[in-house]
Amino acid sequence: MTRLAGGLINRSQSLNFTFDGRRYQGHPGDTLASALLANGVRLVGRSFKYHRPRGVLSAGSEEPNALVELRTGARQEPNTRATVVELFEGLEARSQNRWPSLGFDALAINDLLSPFFTAGFYYKTFMWPKGLWEKLYEPAIRKAAGLGRLSMEADPDTYDKGFLHCDLLVIGGGAAGLAAALTAARSGARAILADEDFRLGGRLLCELETLDGAPATDWIAALETEFDSLPNLRVMRRTTVFGIYDHGIYGAVERVSDHLAQPGARVRQTLWRITAKRAVLAAGATERPIAFADNDRPGIMLAGAMRAYANRWAACPSETVAVFTNNDDGHRTARDLASKGVHIAAVIDARPKATALADYRVITGGMVTASRGRLGLKSIEVHANGRSEWIECGALGVSGGWNPNVHLASHNCGRPIWNDVLQAFLPGEDGPSGVLPAGAAAGHFSTAKTLRSGAAAALRALNVLGIAAALPSLPRSEESRYGVAPIFHVPGRKRAWVDFQNDVTMKDIKLAHAENMRAVEHLKRYTTLGMATDQGKTANVTGLAVMAELTGKTIPETGTTIFRPPYTPVALSVLGGGDAGPHFRPRRLTPTHHWAKAQGAVFVEAGQWMRAQYYPRPGETHWRQSVDREARAVRSAVGLCDVTTLGKVDVQGADAGEFLNRLYSNVMATLKVGRVRYGLMLREDGFAYDDGTCARLAKDHYVVTTTTANAGLVYRNMEFARQCLWPDLDVQIFSTTEAWAQIAVAGPKSRALLARIVGGFDLSNEAFPFMACAELTVCGGLRARLFRISFSGELAYEVAVPARYGHALMERLVEVGADLGVTPYGVEALSVLRIDKGHAAGPELNGQTTAAMVGLGSMVSQKKDSVGAVMSRREGLAGDRRRLVGLRPVDPAGKVVSGSHLFAEDAPQSFDTDQGWVTSACYSPHVGSMIGLGFLENGDERLGEVIVAANPLEGESARLRVVPACFVDPEGERLRD
Amino acid sequence: MLIPHPLLGLRDAQEFTYLGDARLIDRPDPTAPDAEAAFCDYVFLRDNQAGAHRELWFHEQGDRSWLVVTRDTVTHEVLCAELARDVALSRARCSK
Repeated sequence: MTRLAGGLINRSQSLNFTFDGRRYQGHPGDTLASALLANGVRLVGRSFKYHRPRGVLSAGSEEPNALVELRTGARQEPNTRATVVELFEGLEARSQNRWPSLGFDALAINDLLSPFFTAGFYYKTFMWPKGLWEKLYEPAIRKAAGLGRLSMEADPDTYDKGFLHCDLLVIGGGAAGLAAALTAARSGARAILADEDFRLGGRLLCELETLDGAPATDWIAALETEFDSLPNLRVMRRTTVFGIYDHGIYGAVERVSDHLAQPGARVRQTLWRITAKRAVLAAGATERPIAFADNDRPGIMLAGAMRAYANRWAACPSETVAVFTNNDDGHRTARDLASKGVHIAAVIDARPKATALADYRVITGGMVTASRGRLGLKSIEVHANGRSEWIECGALGVSGGWNPNVHLASHNCGRPIWNDVLQAFLPGEDGPSGVLPAGAAAGHFSTAKTLRSGAAAALRALNVLGIAAALPSLPRSEESRYGVAPIFHVPGRKRAWVDFQNDVTMKDIKLAHAENMRAVEHLKRYTTLGMATDQGKTANVTGLAVMAELTGKTIPETGTTIFRPPYTPVALSVLGGGDAGPHFRPRRLTPTHHWAKAQGAVFVEAGQWMRAQYYPRPGETHWRQSVDREARAVRSAVGLCDVTTLGKVDVQGADAGEFLNRLYSNVMATLKVGRVRYGLMLREDGFAYDDGTCARLAKDHYVVTTTTANAGLVYRNMEFARQCLWPDLDVQIFSTTEAWAQIAVAGPKSRALLARIVGGFDLSNEAFPFMACAELTVCGGLRARLFRISFSGELAYEVAVPARYGHALMERLVEVGADLGVTPYGVEALSVLRIDKGHAAGPELNGQTTAAMVGLGSMVSQKKDSVGAVMSRREGLAGDRRRLVGLRPVDPAGKVVSGSHLFAEDAPQSFDTDQGWVTSACYSPHVGSMIGLGFLENGDERLGEVIVAANPLEGESARLRVVPACFVDPEGERLRD
Repeated sequence: MLIPHPLLGLRDAQEFTYLGDARLIDRPDPTAPDAEAAFCDYVFLRDNQAGAHRELWFHEQGDRSWLVVTRDTVTHEVLCAELARDVALSRARCSK
């Protein structure tokens, strides 16, 4: 077995899990990676391009190799890093990118063909024939080179979003972060400590060094107890701060229940948007490997990770290990493993001088030049002092030095700065404002310095905020020195890996250099160095150093590696939070929604609104039957339609009329009190924008309506005009769309029906003519507004009551109108009725049409200015001769399809001969055939002409006769009746 | 982003909708002889500058006031936020 003594795992409890179907056991506290290593599993995956056998490289979120498919069914998740997956009972994981099995992968042939698969291979090889790229090359390449598979099922889990505010956000819960959080917590400041791990302590958990002479976990446990007692500090474990955004906003994902087999009643993850006045970036450091020939075999891992597995997880990949290092830290791995009884075959130190920390063999000035072992390391070749020897070992810890985690500091355009002593980038001065790097992230590599820098950074931040704070007393800890030599790779002719995840080798970087892809951005895109799930956390600096060497420049001259959010992969599900499916956007229900639902209405989405589309009755098997019946009922008796969704804006003030004059193309100031006028708005560029009605309830009080679709936008524009264009006008506006339920009562019997609810109010044509409006009471005292307006062309009214009475009003109207044949109708019949009458709606007012085109040119007043008036007179707009016409099929059984384009008969059908298009079409039960509206070149002069409507998408065309854009009651007598 | 609303203090930018260049406040005189050219400029032409930029934001999910926000387009630093109404009035526009 490869389980050692000690460690922070709970051996009293065992957890069963499977990897590629085989059963294993681990303990609480294990990650999947540590449990696999403890079970002697070194081979965990295949590489992206060459399908090389790969093992665990790291012990954290930087892992490039150990990517697995986790869970099964809909919860199956690809590319999960085994190094950060907390072990749970029943965990199921599978290796990726191999067939038929991990041990024997047929596509490993790619490795033998590697000379063909160098950088730029695809660009050079699959250039032609061009057509084959999409059909053949890309699918084949994607199948061969790839990562895990998606489940292709809907995500069954729920996610949430939350907002947090604090004075100080501490990013990272290692030594520096804990010291910072302690300083902030004791000051009383509102503070948050976020750490991606499931246990606080960071690197302290992975080391044997003591704090105040006791294990570090004792100090951490005492801190956690204190933290729990301080309500001003929020500790967030399993929470990754993945991005820094403008003005002190931080994105974080909390993995609420990823460590459970199933979330149960909890959410899976939460997206936190944290607004912090200051932040301490204590994100630690990431070790980088040294590139040498065949340095990617399972069993070759980062030396710090090997030490972490031994100390924290009591796991070691082999009983005999070696270490290859260019710095002092590598020796700590040898010392710790030796103390746990692991045999140290040798420590190969690339530097000419090195001091052993324990009794093990040190080879100074040495390089690892080769390795053996197809599915797991067996031996390494070491070259030193002019001699080579093979050393047997089952695992090799490699340390090429440590890179401070500058990722977040390079968000918001921060540029890290190269440090020659540390041979690494440090956070620059120009990083995100308010972020103070501390600890290893700031280049402090001993525990003592890390603790001090964390506390000092917090103190500095709190002082700036004017919060009194004191440095806490910190425990005594190691002050070890960290010396590193600038050695990034071992010269050699065989392939040496720089980026494990993307199979980028030294050769690829040399090729990029030879082909002049030398800038870091080119290097990345040409070789794919630093791409995919790990974003080059272990590879970028090495790649840059190699390029610098090839160009003979220094590293800072060569370039800087910067990082974009997210720090680690973030699932789209959690970015969406709960906003999926029906919760994707708000759903607005009309006041009569539940009534309509009870009537069996079929609903349709209209923007955010759910509107009744039609009301099927028993025996009706096709929607057209219902719609025809509803439309006929309006023309012959009376119908009811909820029109609450139309935007309503209350306009009040001494200058209300003048204000509306400037917004609408036609004159509104002259409107008499108690009257309604149709209004057309233009955009400032002169195109028709929106239409509606203006009702004047009092000298200083108008109520205007907008279309459903533009309600929000028109209101926004009205506020713009009021505040920004004409702030001196005495006018106030307010959107009342949701405040009033409005029901259209349309049809020849509408007056008779309304008379039954308006008390003594005189509805006669003389007292309340077409385009009248009034405030009144209905149903025995309910305040209401009545407008005699008609969209259907029939005698019609719209009655508005406070929204909460909408449902009751609809019920009452249906109840008292039963003998009149009252019929609720939906938006489908509403549309038929308006096409019958040639009224413009959304398809006609689509932002590309002018007032003249819809037959309303005369409405644009020449006597006054209004929004869009000047531009509407532009030559290009004023000269547009397309006009709205009605269209009827020559064959009464023929179809009219909206979207069809119009051509003269016998003319060729091309863009040059295009004469317009069909905007709206429906079956009209009153006409007895399909009818349509459309824009036609010189349409107003071509009545009676037969034209062709072509629908090339369906390969159809139809002969249509041009008729006036009004099919019912062209004189408009009914609505004035 | 956070926007320092002159009446309501720091507000999240998500509460606002963005319009663009605050020059839209300066609607041309429709009676001027070159009104059409002036409107073409007003409607279609914008400067795209790096640095301080005065722009219009609408507090749609808030108090519905239009703001003139001065923002550095390079750093996103918000330098100033004023009520657009105050800005318009201070230019002594008189439309009556």
